Amino acid sequence: MSKKWTVLAVPVISVLLGLLAGAIIMIASGNNPAAGYMALWNGAFGDSFYTGETLRQMTPYIFAGLAVAFAFRTGLFNIGVEGQLLVGWLASVWVGVAFVDLPKVIHLPLAISAGALAGALWGFIPGFLKARLRVHEVIVTIMMNYTALHVTNHFIRNVISDGSDATDVVNETASLRSPFLENITDFSSLHNGIYLAVIAAIIMWFMLEKTTLGYELRAVGYNQHASEYAGMNVNRNIILSMVISGAFAGIGGSMQGLGTFGNMFINSGFSGIGFDGIAVALLGGNTAIGVVLAALLFGALKVGSLNMPIESGVPNELVEIVIALIIFFVASSYMITWLLSRFKKKEAK
Amino acid sequence: MDYVIEMLGIRKEFNGFVANDDITLQLAKGEIHALLGENGAGKSTLMNVLFGLYQPEAGEIRVNGQNVLITNPNKANDLGIGMVHQHFMLVDTFTVTENIVLGNEPKKFGTVNMKQAEQKVRELSEQYGLAVDPTAKIADISVGMQQRVEILKTLYRGAEILIFDEPTAVLTPQEIKELIQIMRALIKEGKSIILITHKLKEIMEVCDRVTVIRKGKGIGTVNVSETNPNHLASLMVGRDVTFTTEKADAVPEQNVLEIRGLSVNDSRGVQAVRDLDLNVRAGEIVGICGVDGNGQTELIEAITGLRKVSSGAVTLNGKNITSYKPRKVAESGVAHIPQDRHKHGLVLDYPIGVNMVLQTYYQKPFSKAGIMNYKEVYKKANTLIEEFDVRTPSETTLARALSGGNQQKAIIGREVDRDPDLLIAAQPTRGLDVGAIEFIHRRLIEQRDKGKAVLLLSFELDEIMNVSDRIAVIYEGQIVAVVDPKETTEQELGLLMAGSKKGAGERV
Repeated sequence: MSKKWTVLAVPVISVLLGLLAGAIIMIASGNNPAAGYMALWNGAFGDSFYTGETLRQMTPYIFAGLAVAFAFRTGLFNIGVEGQLLVGWLASVWVGVAFVDLPKVIHLPLAISAGALAGALWGFIPGFLKARLRVHEVIVTIMMNYTALHVTNHFIRNVISDGSDATDVVNETASLRSPFLENITDFSSLHNGIYLAVIAAIIMWFMLEKTTLGYELRAVGYNQHASEYAGMNVNRNIILSMVISGAFAGIGGSMQGLGTFGNMFINSGFSGIGFDGIAVALLGGNTAIGVVLAALLFGALKVGSLNMPIESGVPNELVEIVIALIIFFVASSYMITWLLSRFKKKEAK
Repeated sequence: MDYVIEMLGIRKEFNGFVANDDITLQLAKGEIHALLGENGAGKSTLMNVLFGLYQPEAGEIRVNGQNVLITNPNKANDLGIGMVHQHFMLVDTFTVTENIVLGNEPKKFGTVNMKQAEQKVRELSEQYGLAVDPTAKIADISVGMQQRVEILKTLYRGAEILIFDEPTAVLTPQEIKELIQIMRALIKEGKSIILITHKLKEIMEVCDRVTVIRKGKGIGTVNVSETNPNHLASLMVGRDVTFTTEKADAVPEQNVLEIRGLSVNDSRGVQAVRDLDLNVRAGEIVGICGVDGNGQTELIEAITGLRKVSSGAVTLNGKNITSYKPRKVAESGVAHIPQDRHKHGLVLDYPIGVNMVLQTYYQKPFSKAGIMNYKEVYKKANTLIEEFDVRTPSETTLARALSGGNQQKAIIGREVDRDPDLLIAAQPTRGLDVGAIEFIHRRLIEQRDKGKAVLLLSFELDEIMNVSDRIAVIYEGQIVAVVDPKETTEQELGLLMAGSKKGAGERV
């Protein structure tokens, strides 16, 4: 019972600590923290438009968080969500632009599947290298992020368009835009992807907790030797785990390409969503419901912070620092609980 | 009598669970004092109290007659108490010397004076007859050597009182002999020793007195010269224990397992099993006996599909199962109680109930079309937990939280329940107390009596002699002799294990 309590308490406390530290910095730099946080709240949930924007921002965070959490639960550290997201983004936009006259029921799923497939392929490579050659997935996935960034930029400029900085907008039949959601949120950019994100969270929970595949994947994550002894194919499971994780990340990219932006453009640097996904997964305790809640928080912080300079005069940079502090406390609290559990384990021996 | 350590009326509770209840232990100067008790009786708790890791709720500790308060391990070190842990606390990539001086390095101008440290280690190892190479890396030396490093570590810190926590659990018979000599040498140099163990033979051999605890309560202290193993066992378990497992004569039938000309390489690519022949019939227990590292592990891994076979054939009920994948081997009718239950036998972070279907989770009724049915899994688990007397708070308790004996019972339950034709039991009683050992031996014999073939691998000669119907001696990857346990002696087995073919029985 006390264990369940800590599972909930640790992330909540770390968020509060981050906000507190942010408040101290605001005071130190001569700003009013109450006004600052009020502006943050208003910017995130102040009216239906802002709420819509927050939910829209939350959508790719859910996918990125699920991708990291899924790999983590099966014993792998997928740092490559950013890259998987970028290739997924490109693939679904490409499909969205390339096909005309397809009915929506075919075109949209096709475009999303393309994103999932591209992300899965980007996850397959480090998974395969880990399974066959024992190359550590962290190193390969970091490298694959840069590869993804430059490959997608190259494709946008030289393959899909003629030297342009962005692709065409995807056809209506591949778009996630929802007039209904836009209407009720005062024409925010909220799109149908939010439904898919929630469904994806349920799928991840079901896959890990309820299927034989999840049983195997988690067993391999905990103890490869015992899994091999029990007749499971350890290498296949490692690859599969990275493929599924990559597919989640790839669909996260589809959300950007088919929903938020409607196209893809040259990125000079990373979108950051994949990396924030690591924080989302950690804050959410690597569970499906936790990821959804953490993604909501991150979405609110990202969107709400835009309002802070306007309404309370807190400079943009400070907002970034506050967000960074929250991530820091989340990460360090995670380290603390990890250290505590390690310590307890040793003692028990 | 002069006591160097007195623990009087110690009581320690954890959240209402009384681990130690009014336990008294008095260690005289220059004696080897055994602390005997079953797994989970509270031995480790008591020693952790002495070592300053836990604070007792009641009772007092005296060192050389002085009342002391030991609040942390450093304080215990200062009082001259040193602990040789069961799980070694060594840095694998450091040298012997670096490990010994770690945290207490001789310094010279702010840098570690390795020369002086090595000199000190050499002196200590000569003084106590603990032969080690001070410059060797821990990763490169044997388990027995690593234990010597642990002992030297405590001596380097000036320990006068040494606590050995189950020191022989990880050692080979030869290494155990050497350890006993080392303990005697330590006593000669004026040290006092507390030996935590549940091996009665060792107590009878080296100890002066023994304090028995059972279920957290002190049962009493007896002189070893005035007791015998049977008496100690009944004190420890609280009832009479039989050592020689009673069993009827085996009625072996057809061959179940046949191994012909099997050769297997170890992980370094060196041939570990060489052209080995062996057969196990239905209704008999064949014990494989040999010094560790003579190909036993590789042999079992090859049979169960965990290791590649270089040549030769393994047949089960006349069917060639050579180089089958582990799952195919299991489905063909082989069950396997693995040597290392933590590494291979269990997923420690899974609930114990979930571990019960580790090989069968993909079959009905535990899953259907890829969807797990945890209700059925736990139903099965509960039946096995009851049938095999696995003591666990519930079926959802993590396997990690169970004691070694209960983990082992769970594995045995799982393997036996699959109703295999061949049951391979590798060191099934390693690290267990007499009660659990008795239980496991009975289960193995029960399987035999049901007409199953049982292949038993053990480094304990007693176990091999007691349980087996035939003994196959393995030496350098070959079966050098097959003998009848009724007609052989420990001496003969010892000679065979050492590679002497004198007195060898017929070759199979």
